[in-house]
Amino acid sequence: MSAPAVFFYLFGAAAVVSALAMVLNVRNTVAAAMSLVVTMISLAVVYVTLEAHLVAALQILVYAGAIVVVFLFVVMLLNLRRDTFAPSRQLLTKGAGVVLALGVAGAFLQLVPQALPTVQEIPPDFGSYAAVGRTLYRDFVLPFEVTSFLLLAAIVGAVVLAKRRLD
Amino acid sequence: MLAEYTGAVVILAVALVLASALLGIHLLVGPRRSFAEKDEPFECGERPIVSPHQRFSVKFYIVAMLFILFDVEAVFMYPWGALFTELGWFGFVEMLTFVAVLAGGLAYVWMKGALEW
Repeated sequence: MSAPAVFFYLFGAAAVVSALAMVLNVRNTVAAAMSLVVTMISLAVVYVTLEAHLVAALQILVYAGAIVVVFLFVVMLLNLRRDTFAPSRQLLTKGAGVVLALGVAGAFLQLVPQALPTVQEIPPDFGSYAAVGRTLYRDFVLPFEVTSFLLLAAIVGAVVLAKRRLD
Repeated sequence: MLAEYTGAVVILAVALVLASALLGIHLLVGPRRSFAEKDEPFECGERPIVSPHQRFSVKFYIVAMLFILFDVEAVFMYPWGALFTELGWFGFVEMLTFVAVLAGGLAYVWMKGALEW
């Protein structure tokens, strides 16, 4: 097995294990968020082995950095006590989670074999910032500009939601 | 291309060895004596009066959300900056439009006073 394949399976397994550690950790929400960081970084390594270099960098910059920080803030803001997460209160969420997971797994098993493309030779600069940039800023100009309005809506939404409490 | 990641792999290995060595040596060598005072939360030698689990101000939420949104804005600038000369004036105007819309967002946030603590 080549070195990228070894890293792919190693960090793929790390991503699954840390994701399970996050979901199964019902006692300590902060520790669960830290497991999420491990998942994000493992996924970044998986992206690197798949030659998606820009996505790997963004995975660490945005997800392991910003998103997890927001998760930690939410943990602090909600200030959940231990009994809020007591196992007796989780029956409904756990049941819904199992149903949802089974549904998603079923859909995957049905769709993935059909959707798998035949293996093609990828261009040498595939996944690099230059290749992604050329596609994004030349071929998808309008979606790129529309993204700014999406971010604008999110900015206004965040302020409107919180400012009511501030004033 | 993957050879460029050798440095990252070395750092990862060093970090793994260092972290497990520090924890491992501590487990092997350090004495483990537990007593009541040791289990109390330490607060500069003072007896803690209130529980540290307090609700945080919603201002933290605004800072975090705005950080994440402008972080995503910055993300779009990395590939753009790398292709700056290749994209030329078209790319410049394109990014200017993008930033102008979000500058409107910044102005809104500023006017609303959400940047003040």
